[in-house]
This record gives sequence, C-alpha cells and structure tokens, in this order.
Amino acid sequence: MTAPLAIELVGIDKRFGSVRANKDIDLKVAKGSIHGIVGENGAGKSTLMSILYGFYHADAGEIRVDGRPVTIADSQAAIALGIGMVHQHFMLVENFTVLENVILGAEGGPLLAGGVARARATLKRLAEDYDLKVDPDAVIEDLPVGLQQRVEILKALFRGADILILDEPTGVLTPAEADHLFRILKVLRDEGKTVLLITHKLREIMAITDEVSVMRRGEMVATRQTAKTSMGELAELMVGRRVLLEVEKQPASPGRPVLQVENLTARDGRGVDVVRDVSFEVRAGEIVGIAGVSGNGQSELLEAIAGIRPVRSGAVTIDGTRLDLARNPVDAAAMRRHGLAHVPEDRHRMGLVTSFSEYENAILGYHRDPAYGRGPMLDIGAIREAARAEIEKYDIRPPDCLLRTAGFSGGNQQKIVLAREIERDPVILLVGQPTRGVDIGAIEFIHKRLVALRDAGKGVLLVSVELDEIRALADRVLVMFDGRVVGERAPETDESELGLLMAGAAQEAAE
Amino acid sequence: MFDTLILILDSTVRLATPLLLAALAGLYSERSGVFDIGLEGKMLGAAFAAGAAAAVTGSAWAGLAAGILVAIALALVHGFACITHRGNQIVSGVAINFLAIGLTALLGQDWFRQGGRTPPLSGDGRFTNIQLPFAEALRDVPVIGGLYSELLSGHNLLVYVAFLAVPVTWWVLFRTRFGLRLRAVGENPAAVDTAGISVTWLRYRAVICTGILCGVAGTYLSVAQSAGFIKDMTAGKGFIALAALIFAKWKPVPVMFACLLFGFLDAAAIRLQGQEIPGIGEVPVQAIQALPYILTVVLLAGFIGRAVPPKAGGVAYVKERT
Repeated sequence: MTAPLAIELVGIDKRFGSVRANKDIDLKVAKGSIHGIVGENGAGKSTLMSILYGFYHADAGEIRVDGRPVTIADSQAAIALGIGMVHQHFMLVENFTVLENVILGAEGGPLLAGGVARARATLKRLAEDYDLKVDPDAVIEDLPVGLQQRVEILKALFRGADILILDEPTGVLTPAEADHLFRILKVLRDEGKTVLLITHKLREIMAITDEVSVMRRGEMVATRQTAKTSMGELAELMVGRRVLLEVEKQPASPGRPVLQVENLTARDGRGVDVVRDVSFEVRAGEIVGIAGVSGNGQSELLEAIAGIRPVRSGAVTIDGTRLDLARNPVDAAAMRRHGLAHVPEDRHRMGLVTSFSEYENAILGYHRDPAYGRGPMLDIGAIREAARAEIEKYDIRPPDCLLRTAGFSGGNQQKIVLAREIERDPVILLVGQPTRGVDIGAIEFIHKRLVALRDAGKGVLLVSVELDEIRALADRVLVMFDGRVVGERAPETDESELGLLMAGAAQEAAE
Repeated sequence: MFDTLILILDSTVRLATPLLLAALAGLYSERSGVFDIGLEGKMLGAAFAAGAAAAVTGSAWAGLAAGILVAIALALVHGFACITHRGNQIVSGVAINFLAIGLTALLGQDWFRQGGRTPPLSGDGRFTNIQLPFAEALRDVPVIGGLYSELLSGHNLLVYVAFLAVPVTWWVLFRTRFGLRLRAVGENPAAVDTAGISVTWLRYRAVICTGILCGVAGTYLSVAQSAGFIKDMTAGKGFIALAALIFAKWKPVPVMFACLLFGFLDAAAIRLQGQEIPGIGEVPVQAIQALPYILTVVLLAGFIGRAVPPKAGGVAYVKERT
C-alpha cells in the first residue's frame, strides 16, 4: 500500500474471561480514507475499536498511529493521539447543553468562563467548515438523535481528532439523516481526516467507504477495496456462507380480519398523545409492517394493543371479539387469552427476566397454563420438557434450559421469546424490532419463522425501524409519523418514497 | 408581634444552619451519583469528634478540625465501599449511621465517663456569637434595626459559613470545571469516562466535599449551638437534610430555602409549645414536634412535582462490556 497509514494494528488479542473477543487482528487504515469494518453482532468490532480508543487494553499486539508504535492507556491518551470516537450509545449528558457536552473533559482551565467562550468560537468555525450546524445552547434531550450525533462528532473534532471512529452510527437515523451524516463524513475525509466506520449494514459500506474490512467471530477475515467487492461477497464473508438477503415467500392469501384497530389514541409517560387516532386491520395470513423512524408512536401503539399501555380512546377487535380498551381496559394476560401474542421491542426490559433460567423465561406470562402446574405449584419437569422441545425446534444455542438467559447471545435470546409466543398458537402476533441486536444467521431464522406463521394462517403485525426488514417481510406497509399512520404502501415501493413518508414529508406537503 | 416574628426567624436561622450544611454536603455527593443516607452518621461522628477535641484542647478551632477529619474519614469509608468496591450505597450509608451512633456513645462513655456526653465547653472552646458592626447602635432603629441586629447579627461564625456555602456551592457547580464534571458524572458517568476523566477520582473528590461540610455541620451542633456533645444529638437532622435536598431537587439555592422552611417549622414548634391557638386550643407538644416530619412526608409525596434525581445516582460505574 502506498498511502501513509493513519492506523496500523498488529496482532491484537483480547479475552473476556473464556471468550476470545479479538484473535490476532491485523488492520491497516490509510490516511484520509473512509474505512469500513463490518461483521455480525459479537464479531468483535466494538471491542477492537474500544481497544483503539483506550477503553480496553489488548492482551497482546501493537498499535501504530501515523507509523509510530503507541500505547493507549486510556481515552485521554487516545484523544491526545488525535483519535475521536462516536459511540453507538451516545456519550452525552442529556440535561447539559451542547456546549457543556462539547467542553466536558477539555474545559481549558479550572474555571469555565474562558473555555466556554473559546469553545463557542471553535464550534462556530467547525460548523462552517464541516456543515455541522447545531445550536450550542440547546439542551441535548431536546434535540433529535441526528443532531445529538452531530454533537458527538463535534466533541471529537473539538478535541482535535484526526481519526474518527463511528460505531453503528446510522442505527437511530432516518434515511435522510443518514445521508446527511454520509455527506459530513465525506467532507471530513476530503479535509484529510480518517474515518473508521463500524456497521453491520452492507448498503452503507458500499455507499460510502473506500476500503472495507470484514470481521467474523473475533477474527479479521478479509480487507477489500469497496469498489472491487459486492454486497453478496461481503455478506458471505461476514457469516462464512452465502445468505439470502431476500426472504423467500409466496404471495399472501389474506383471510378474515384477526386484528382490527379503530381510532386508537394513547399517551406516553409524559402525558403527550403519541398514538393519534390510528386505525387499520390485520388479516389472517398476512404480515402488516409498520415502518417509521423510532419514536413516532410505533412502540406505544404495540404496547397499547398488547394491553400494557392505557388507551385514551379507541377499540381493538381480536378475531371478532371487540374490546373497548378506553372504557374497559384489558390487561396483557386477558389479551393473551383472546389469542394475541406479543414479542416486545425491548427483550431485556420486557421480554425476558435475564437473571432467570431459560426454562423459566420460556413460560413467562403463560405460567398459569394448566400444562405447567397445578394451583400455586409449578410442574418444573413439564416446564423443562416444553422448554427443551422449543430449544430443539428453534435451534437455540447453547441448548441448555438451565442457563440464565443473560448468558445467551442476542439472537438466541430473541429466539427464546419468539418460541414462547409463537408456540402458544396465537391468532395474531405482535412483534417489535424482531432482529434488533441479532446476528445475520438468526435474522434469517426469525424471518423464516414469521413467514411460516403467516402461511399457517395467522396474522402478524410487525414493527421495525429497519426498512429493509419491513420491505422483505411485510405484505402491506403502514408508515407512522408523529403518532399517525400517514400512508399505506406495497412493500415493493421505492425506498426513497417510504423514506419521505417516514420523515413526514407527506404531511408537510398536505399542510 | 413584630418582635416575636423576629425571634422566630432568628431561631429559624440557627435551626436551619446544620440542615443547610448537611444538605449541601449531600448535594456534592449525590450530584456525583453517590447517594448518601449516611449524612446523619457523619454529622454525629463529627459532632462527637468536635466536642471531644474542643473539650480536651479548649479550642473550638481544634474541634472544627477534628470534626471535619472524622466526617471525611467516614465519607471515605462510604466512598471505598460504593465507588471502589461498587457496594450498595444505601447499605453503606445505613452502616455508617449505625457505626456513628454506636461509636460515639461507646467512646464518649469510655473517654469522659459522663453518660456519653463530652465535658461542657466554655470560652474559647466554643464558637461564640459575632456582633456585626453597628449592631448595637442600630438596635433601636425601627424595623431595619431589629432585622439587622437580631436577625443578621449575633450568630456564630459557622452560621455565616453555612449561608456563604450556598453561593459558593452554586458557583463551584455551575462555573467551574470541577462542577461541570461533577454534574456530568452524576448524570452519565460513561460520558465522563470516554472524555478521558477518571470517574473514580471525581466521585472521591465529591464525597470528600461531603465530608468537609458534614464535619462543619456536626461541629456546629456540639461546639457552636450547644456547649458539648450529647448522645444522639443529631436527632434525625441528617435525614431532614436529605429530605430538603430532594425537596429542592438537588439545587443549591432551593436547598437553602427548603432548609429555612424546615428550620422555621422547628422554630415555630418550639414557640408554640404550651400556647393556646385560637379555635383549636392547646396543641400537644408531640403533635407540634411531629410537624416538620409530617410536612416532609406531605411535600415529598408529590406536592413539589417529581423530583428527578441525578440519573446515575445510586449506581456504581462499571465499564460496559460490548
């Protein structure tokens, strides 16, 4: 390679207990390039970047920055070497202003006054140089995520970063916001900065990177010039075999309506209406996808239908039984008795008790089922047997029903929840973000299961912020924006059109 | 009537002082994300140390130094348990409270043999009241004279320290680098860590600040307000201070007003003892004494809106494994 290297990693090794997260990793990143690192969840990408940022220490190996071997003892050292990081979960203090967040750790003296004035000037300059405009006095929690991310980038640039690491930066962005981010990254590269982009979205890699390295199970398996590779090749390298990015399925043959939602309105915890007058129906044998940028009421809609969130007005009909939820609230258990099953969006918070064993989680919410016990006593033997059957059927690994669920990977945890809900033979399945934090192999499995459920004549209501997932699975797509359903489209609809709907463009045009 | 009011307000200031010091102490710790229900214990330990040291040396200043040192030592125990070893902050706080109650009584009896008291202090052994300039001369001027010479003048040094600590705390919190980091670490320690700042050292400095102020609070009780340490003399003030801190939503100036309110209730309770209240008659002493506590419960039960604590409060910081 002729271009000078910004970063060179040689033989990086890192263990967490018995897990070897990084195995003998070599990586070369050219100065002034955008270098992508792809891999499934748990492939060791984030660990590697955390080592580079001084968050963890490698057990073995060498790091060279600008050709010189360095030791990065902590984040402060990384910052001093000109390495900045934009974390997947933003490292921002939510009730601080943009300015306070930017100067935190780089205040420039024991008193704030001088540093604040200097930071204000620097921010103004950076905003102009890199098209990174943010109001310095805005409070973080009032800003949309796209802007919060900009603050993270500004934080790194303010500290003089020449090498910028971005960890899954587009997970929370709308397509338009992601495009804007990419424009910013290109400007940064053209100004001579080096960008390391960690992602599991191949489309982004193809769209923006100059070079791409693929990680699989802690190993660096390949580095390619982006122009000379394809999504298919990268996907294969990531999982070690060819995967279907498309889901194979026959056209749907919808039957009777199994879920009808009429004029549903619900509030969030702050008392603001976040689901507004939503009506739609799901028929037997079809998957209805709800697309939207997260935070537009989809989560609350699912919760309202599932009986977890109080409903202000509106009714829900499940398989012919009409429930006026506003007048007679129904709890989640009753909803289940009506034939509704729910795979919640956040499996850690609502789907599982992670400190419980697999078999205990396998009956959560169904523990009153006479198959699992008599009166107040649980029949542990029967429960474990049922759990083992599900483990077998859903290929849950490791196949150990006594293991605490916290010990399973994201994909296997999701399979535990999915198995629990699907195996109760519901009429309608609500499923939120079924593949969030799930690796490609498991994604494929989960998608197949959902299609199989549909083909068995059940209704599926799918909420996902992954547009690709919605388009691959759904038979009809509803787009939610600002608490309302703003449109229904066929899944084949052009992505940019869906993107515009998701960004509320239709509504603005109507006003 | 006016004179009565001045008297009640005057004693309000005296009674609010230890609360204010303790509440500000708690503010530093809790703003950094370390909950501290051990304010009571630190105050008690400091009160005993101050009383003992002042009695032995005859110097109030030695008492203050001893009080601060003991409170810092107890704060460091809390820090060691909660920051270094990520122990449960509530359990550690409770332990410190018990430790202080037991040790002060035991050592007090062993050293001085006066039933857990320290020997009475006099002269330089106490912080005596300071007359502000012209207090005597202005005494007879209507309204202003009373306010100045009774209310503002004539308190001991630590009272002024306590009220001075309010703007100082505000300034430290919102105008200094330490304050910015302190507030940040209580909200999102990961943000502080990734900015290359040590979460541990920052939180230790916060609990040391807590120790210093608790030390002053305890010293005030035994060496300024009273003339010596009495067993269990904090009598729940650390908890009332904690309530004031929550009531004030962890903000320095509101903390002062909350403490003044609790101090006023206390003063009014003392004043109302044995008095006939029109329409009600004589109110039992116990009912009046219970008033500040009842108010605390009522206020905390929702009259003040939601008091949102620092987001990372109560949680030890562990680097996330990705």
